[in-house]
Amino acid sequence: MADGLPLNISHDLAERIGQHGAETFPHECCGALLGRDSAFEEGAESAREVLELFPLVNRREDSPRNRFAVTAEDVLDAEKAARQQGLDVVGWYHSHPDHPARPSQFDREHAWPWYSYIIVSVMSGKPAEMTSWRLNDDRQAYTQEQIAIRNRTAV
Amino acid sequence: MAVKVIIPTPLRVYAAKKDSAEVSAQTVGEALGGLTMQFVELRKHLFTDDGKLRSFVNVYLNDEDIRYMAKEATPVKDGDVVSIVPSIAGGSGALDGESRQG
Repeated sequence: MADGLPLNISHDLAERIGQHGAETFPHECCGALLGRDSAFEEGAESAREVLELFPLVNRREDSPRNRFAVTAEDVLDAEKAARQQGLDVVGWYHSHPDHPARPSQFDREHAWPWYSYIIVSVMSGKPAEMTSWRLNDDRQAYTQEQIAIRNRTAV
Repeated sequence: MAVKVIIPTPLRVYAAKKDSAEVSAQTVGEALGGLTMQFVELRKHLFTDDGKLRSFVNVYLNDEDIRYMAKEATPVKDGDVVSIVPSIAGGSGALDGESRQG
């Protein structure tokens, strides 16, 4: 599905994802990416922008250091929050504590197509590399999508 | 029985960008089957290779999770709404001895 276009996000929101990962360290954090994707607009190129976050509680109480889970009820809540702001859920973020920002086999087996999956590596409690991935149509691999950080402002 | 199936956002690209489809079915399983007959590309994202619903695919009949009903054998009636709702999972797998590639 990845078409080479970047995932657009503001500096502020990108920082907030890293901060969420730092707060929950050494556990994984997770949340929804609310925004717009022009794929559903006639004649538009498929540009995607994250405009708000919907932080969630990691439901994996048994192994929160290396797993995260978002229940169907959480997904419905995130979709409702998105709708109220005229947005869609365009993806999800989670952290990899003391681990690279690369999707695991487990990530791929549980991924949905179309969504952007942002992974932030949190090393020794500090946010490090942030990457974004989209599952290929054949479910066999991810394609990395570039993150374009915009509107750099002081936080 | 004519029922409406709600297609979740990430799968709409495989369903002509539609957010729902009308199908004729007697059970929830038939409704999902009807949907994947209309939109063949949906199938691999909803079902495993051996035809079972993927674990992170949740199906609601109206507002009830079919896991607490008769699952895919749950009967449907005219005007019912079948919703496909994602759940999301993942994680580094770092402590499971998974290779640290990348």
